Amino acid sequence: MKIEKVAGTNNKHKVFVYALSTCAWCKKTKKYLQDKGIEFEFVDVDLCDKEDLEQVKKDISKQGLGMSFPIIIVDDKNHIVGFREDKLDEAFMD
Amino acid sequence: MTTLDYVRQRAESDARSRGYRLNSDASFLNDLLEGLKKNEERYGYPSCPCRIATGKLDLDRDIICPCDYRDPDVAEFGACYCALYIRGDIAAGTLRVQPVAERRPLEKQSAALVELLGTEVQPAAAPEPPSMEAPKAVSAGKEMVALASDTKRPEMGGKLKLWYCKQCGYTVFREEPPYICPICKAKKELFAEISIEIAEKI
Ligand code: SF4
Repeated sequence: MKIEKVAGTNNKHKVFVYALSTCAWCKKTKKYLQDKGIEFEFVDVDLCDKEDLEQVKKDISKQGLGMSFPIIIVDDKNHIVGFREDKLDEAFMD
Repeated sequence: MTTLDYVRQRAESDARSRGYRLNSDASFLNDLLEGLKKNEERYGYPSCPCRIATGKLDLDRDIICPCDYRDPDVAEFGACYCALYIRGDIAAGTLRVQPVAERRPLEKQSAALVELLGTEVQPAAAPEPPSMEAPKAVSAGKEMVALASDTKRPEMGGKLKLWYCKQCGYTVFREEPPYICPICKAKKELFAEISIEIAEKI
């Protein structure tokens, strides 16, 4: 899977983003994280091949989520669906 | 080749004809138009940039921009799911666009997923119940429906039928009537199927 890592000065949390390469909300999310210096990894799901997609689907289902993007997983357990600035602020308060 | 200008003009004129406008955040708008352009290039039609498409026209028809869900979303939330189209009475820059709830029916999302995965996916186990200490404040809102537990291909049948809008007469040939009539905005329920019987002349 083509997971990209975006380095940042804040690596207190493990942050993973499921995104679509065409989606403006996903872009906003990535930019939000970057602007805050939060280190994260992401995968553009629309660019995945079948095998990777299967994995993505599995991982997303595990969180009880559907295929609405972006999905931001914080520390493997908290998830935020959609670019919700308030929720992101809350998650990265510290 | 589809140019960005072409995509922009098409969206602009579409917005105008409906009394909508396009998102006033120039860079956000640009991202959306780029997304539409990319989808048009890779699928042959401008499917929604914020949703995952299959590349199969039959499965993506409802999310070709402007999608079936635009008008009800704009009416209800002031913006479409992607926030490309904004309701005309909302002044530029004043809408604090929040993600709009996904109106696309789950069975359509599932059908797309099944197509993408290329297999009949076994319904996944029910999502784990949230553990006691888990979801801090950041669980998903109620609109973020989980799609996890059912990815079996629903009864799509794929049978194309003729539908007409009882209010204005608009006629369309597809599996099911549109969410809303694109001409007079009548609801789906106002559509009726046209069945053609060819009577045998004696
Ligand atoms: S949500 Fe908006 S941008 Fe996306 S397909 Fe519908 S009308 Fe187009």
